[in-house]
Amino acid sequence: MSTTNIRGASAIVGVADDASPTGQLELSGRALEAAMIEQALEDAGLTIADVDGVCHTGSSMGLAEFLGVHPRFTDSTMTGGSSFEVHVEHAAAAIAAGLAEVVISVYASTPRGDRARASAAGGPGGGGGGRRMPPNFGGPNPMLEWEVPSGIRQPMGAYALAATRHMALYGTTAEQLAQIAVSTRQWATMNPKARYQDPITIDDVLASPMQTTPLHLLDCCLVTDGAGAFVMTSAERAKSLPKPPAYVLGVGTCHDHAMISQMPELSTTAGTISGPAAFGMAGIKPSDVDLLMGYDSFTITALLHLEDLGFCAKGEGGPFAADGNLGPGGSLPMNTNGGGLSYTHPGMYGMFLLVEAVKQLRGECGQRQLADPNIAVAHGSGGTLSCMSTVVLGTEATLS
Amino acid sequence: MTSTDTPREFPRRMEPPVTPLTAPFWDATRERRLLVQWCLDCDTSVFYPREVCPGCLGTHLEWREASGNGTLYSFTVNHLSPDPIGGDGPFTIGLVELTEGPRMMTNVVGLPLDDLEVGMELQVTWDELTDGRHYPMFEPRGGST
Repeated sequence: MSTTNIRGASAIVGVADDASPTGQLELSGRALEAAMIEQALEDAGLTIADVDGVCHTGSSMGLAEFLGVHPRFTDSTMTGGSSFEVHVEHAAAAIAAGLAEVVISVYASTPRGDRARASAAGGPGGGGGGRRMPPNFGGPNPMLEWEVPSGIRQPMGAYALAATRHMALYGTTAEQLAQIAVSTRQWATMNPKARYQDPITIDDVLASPMQTTPLHLLDCCLVTDGAGAFVMTSAERAKSLPKPPAYVLGVGTCHDHAMISQMPELSTTAGTISGPAAFGMAGIKPSDVDLLMGYDSFTITALLHLEDLGFCAKGEGGPFAADGNLGPGGSLPMNTNGGGLSYTHPGMYGMFLLVEAVKQLRGECGQRQLADPNIAVAHGSGGTLSCMSTVVLGTEATLS
Repeated sequence: MTSTDTPREFPRRMEPPVTPLTAPFWDATRERRLLVQWCLDCDTSVFYPREVCPGCLGTHLEWREASGNGTLYSFTVNHLSPDPIGGDGPFTIGLVELTEGPRMMTNVVGLPLDDLEVGMELQVTWDELTDGRHYPMFEPRGGST
C-alpha cells in the first residue's frame, strides 16, 4: 500500500509550550492542559469548537469530557516520551483518511510544583509527575521481578547500561558525551525560558557528581515543570490559517522492547527503523535536515539518535558530537531550545521537540533562530530507549 | 559478599515477587540452581519466564538448568542507591548474557570496580533472601578476585 497519501496531507498549525527558569509553573493538571490547548488553538487561529480529534497519554476520554469536546478521532497512545510524535503520526493518518479535521494533543506535568505544594500542605513530598510510570504489561510487572531487585536506579540506570556498551564497542568517551551537554547548553543561553542558561564546559560535566557510571549529573536531563500542546489540521484547511503551516512530510515508529534488559542490542535503537521510514516517506536524506530535535533524556540518548537516524555512521556519534556539529553554527543544529538537558524535562519530553521544530520552521525563535530552515525532524524516545518515533516537518517550500 | 547460612532478618534488597508461573525458578534458587525456560517448539531459551514463547507463541515450555556461566554484556556502577548486598559504597549492576542465550539484569560482585570489563567471563553466585530463596548474582569465572 502506498504511504504517499500522508506526505504533506496535514500540518501542525498551532503550538504552545511553557516552562520557567525557576523550574516551576503555577498551574497544574487539567487547568494547565486547558491553558496550553487554548494558547495552541489561538496560535492556530482556531477555537475549541473546531476540534474533532483528541490525543492524550492518559485518557483522551477524560480530557475530551473536561473540555466539552465530542471527538470522532480519539487516541490515548502512551509510549512514554515519544507519545507525542506517535500522536502526530496517528493524527496525520487520520486526517489524510478523512477521519478527523482538527486534532489536538496536550501534555502537562509539574513534578516540582507538586512537590512544593505537597510540602506547603504538610504532606509527604508528593510529586510523581516527573517520574516515568513503569510500562503497563497487562499483568504482573516483570520489571519488579527481574530488574528492580538489582538495585538499579531508573530510568538513568538503563541509559548508563547503553552508554557503557557503546563505549566498549566503539570507544566513545565521557568527553564526547559531555560535548552534547555543552552544545545543548550553548543553545539554552539563547532561550529565556530555559531552566539553565549559563554556559558550561566539558570539565564542568565531568566534574559534576557521578550518578551511575558513566553518567554524570550534567549528562542527565532536568526534572522540571513543563507543558505544551499542538493543533493539527488538513493541508487544505491549513492554507487558510494565519501562520505558516509546518507540514507533516514523514512519520515512522518502532519499539523493540519495554524493559532495558530485553533490548535486542543496547547500542542500537529502534530509530534505525522509525528514522528511515519517516525519511523515506518524506523523500529526504539526513543531509537535507536543517534542525534535529532529538530526545535528550541523557547525553547517550541523543548520541544514539545521531547514528540511528543516519546523521553519522554507527559508532561515530562520539566524534561527530565532539566536532561541534550540534551547537550554534554547527552542521546539524540539535535541540535549539536547550533540550531536556537545559530547557525543561517534565518526564515525557516529546511535546517540546515538536513545539520548537514548528517555531523554528516559522522563524519565531528570536536569538536562537536558524537561518531559513525548511526541514526539521522531531525524534522522540519513550520508555527506556524503547519506543522511537520520528516526525519530519517541512515548510511550504518542501511540498513540491 | 555471598550468602551466609542464616537468613537475614530484614531485606536489604527489594525481594522479587513470585508468581505461579515463576515459582519453579525461585524454588530452584533455594538449592542454588539457576533455571531458564526452554521453548520446545522453536528450540530456544526464554527469559524472563512467560506463558508462551516470544516469537513463535509456542506453549511447550520446560525449565532447564543453566550452566551458571555467562559474559558481561554491559554494566553500570550505581553511586546513588543503597547497596542491595549491604556494602557502604557504589555497587555494580550488570546485564549478564548466559551461555544458554538469555540476558539477565543482576549484580556483579567479587572484583574491584575498576576491573569490570564488557565481555568478561562470569559465573553465578548467590545472595540469600529472607525467605530462603537466593538471588542470582555473578562473579568472575573461577571465583572472587
